[in-house]
Amino acid sequence: MTEANLKDLKLMAQKIRCHIIRMTTLAGSGHPGGSLSAVEILTYLYFKEMKINPAEPRWEDRDCFVLSKGHAAPVLYAALAEKGFFPTEDLGTLRKIDSYLQGHPDMKKVPGVEMSTGSLGTGFSTAIGMALASKLDKKENYIYALLGDGETQEGQIWEAAMAGAHYKLNNLIAFLDYNGLQIDGDISKVMSPEPLPEKWKAFGWNVIEIDGHDFEAIEKAVTQAKENKEKPAMIIAKTIKGKGVSYMENEAGWHGKCPSPEEMEAALCELEY
Amino acid sequence: MTKIATRDAYGKALVKLGEINKDVVVLDADLSKSTKTADFQKVFPERFFNMGIAEQNLMGVAAGFAAAGKIPFASTFAVFAIGRAYDQIRNTIGYPHLNVKIAATHAGLTVGEDGGSHQMLEDIALTRAIPGMTVIVPADGTETEKAVFAAAEMDGPVYIRLGRPGVPVIFDEDYKFEIGKAAVVEEGTDITIFATGIMVSIAIEAGKLLAKENISAEIVNISTIKPLDKKGIIDSVSKTRCCITCEEHNILGGLGSAVAEVLAENIPVPMERVGVEDVFGKSGTPDELLNAFGLTSENIAAKVKKVLQRK
Repeated sequence: MTEANLKDLKLMAQKIRCHIIRMTTLAGSGHPGGSLSAVEILTYLYFKEMKINPAEPRWEDRDCFVLSKGHAAPVLYAALAEKGFFPTEDLGTLRKIDSYLQGHPDMKKVPGVEMSTGSLGTGFSTAIGMALASKLDKKENYIYALLGDGETQEGQIWEAAMAGAHYKLNNLIAFLDYNGLQIDGDISKVMSPEPLPEKWKAFGWNVIEIDGHDFEAIEKAVTQAKENKEKPAMIIAKTIKGKGVSYMENEAGWHGKCPSPEEMEAALCELEY
Repeated sequence: MTKIATRDAYGKALVKLGEINKDVVVLDADLSKSTKTADFQKVFPERFFNMGIAEQNLMGVAAGFAAAGKIPFASTFAVFAIGRAYDQIRNTIGYPHLNVKIAATHAGLTVGEDGGSHQMLEDIALTRAIPGMTVIVPADGTETEKAVFAAAEMDGPVYIRLGRPGVPVIFDEDYKFEIGKAAVVEEGTDITIFATGIMVSIAIEAGKLLAKENISAEIVNISTIKPLDKKGIIDSVSKTRCCITCEEHNILGGLGSAVAEVLAENIPVPMERVGVEDVFGKSGTPDELLNAFGLTSENIAAKVKKVLQRK
């Protein structure tokens, strides 16, 4: 990754963070914490990695991204809008009556959204299905998925994990947004899914552990994932919930709470320079 | 009379369909020998995917295939397909209106000896409450094959409810099946008997019993529960002015409820329902169970007389 690439990605991440804060404030509800923790992952995928074409959202050979932690819709919408799938001005309609930007992603309404998600655990299975379909058609595209760490408490995740390894889906690259917090608090206190790396390894996945806010580490992990021809990849990305907004960082309370207008101004002051 | 299980007809239909449509893929959850998807696996192993005993993932993976342009048929027993994976069917298949065909076998009491835990009697109620879901309950092997082809031809989620034991073949190859169309099997003037699934052949037997007492019953096969053929229902009761419904399902939420909704809003007439009366099933042979729960031609005939008194 060149210096210029890195600078561009950092700028885009900052823009996306500002969108998340504005969108959720205007909406009066939503999930800023887990959206902010995933900003670098989505920024990297949408602006450096994935073969996609906003002018032709259903292009056959595109790479696909499934947001299994569907409540992080704001980060997905912001990335898609910045990529050109729809106007950034529409981000302000999030969660409003008659907006196509539903509280959770709706594939039938939003260009670029590959799967309707929201009920946790379900998106990951659909990514398995897409990866199997790509293999059947001998396509060379990749399927990406983003899971929440709390989401791994869902039994369906482990059903899907078995299937991914069983069918040797080396075209599937999953990220785990490992921010350590869920609505009710610390994941290890609510219902510990630990040890996560060992569990994914035991389920037959190529586990790569990184800092989820480091673009170069994300790039290296994706390269490593693609080199493995036997196993699907689980990139466990250590992240900070609420990343970039000092008063939100590592606070479970910001999982599903929107900022007040004053809090929005304070957050934007921190984020914009 | 020749008997064929609708699950057997399903397995054979899948193979025929797989030959002409390369987009068809089949998924199962460790019951392929019972659901008969193993027939497809034998011929098209590369397009068959066993998900193991993991029904939630089965439905999610099917949704992923559909999103990628395939036509997935996902099969397991009805109690696991619709019961265990209801959230996945609602949120991942129904909500995005994906082109998934859920073909579940071993529905209803006629699962038999496995007992109440395995006898799905609530699936019609659950699936017909999902917006955009098509719900088909074939009456025999012929209709099953036609329903499988029709489901593959239409875009959108479909639930096909199939059974375990052999059922009499009612229709010949010339039978015209159309999704959303009720079919008059026997014309009559005194009462309409609306039946679905295996109850169609039992209703035909009831019709014969009634004929001996000079009661002319019109037998109507409602194989598509959703979208329901409202006009077909209204047309028939406009003539007969009373009806009963017959289903191998809880009387709450199934065919009886669906027909009652149409009648109440359009043409209120006396009506009775034959079905499982809001209880769970139990172990026994299919025939013993149908007798024990009143899903017999004799009980249908008795209910008909009860309705006729209310006319």
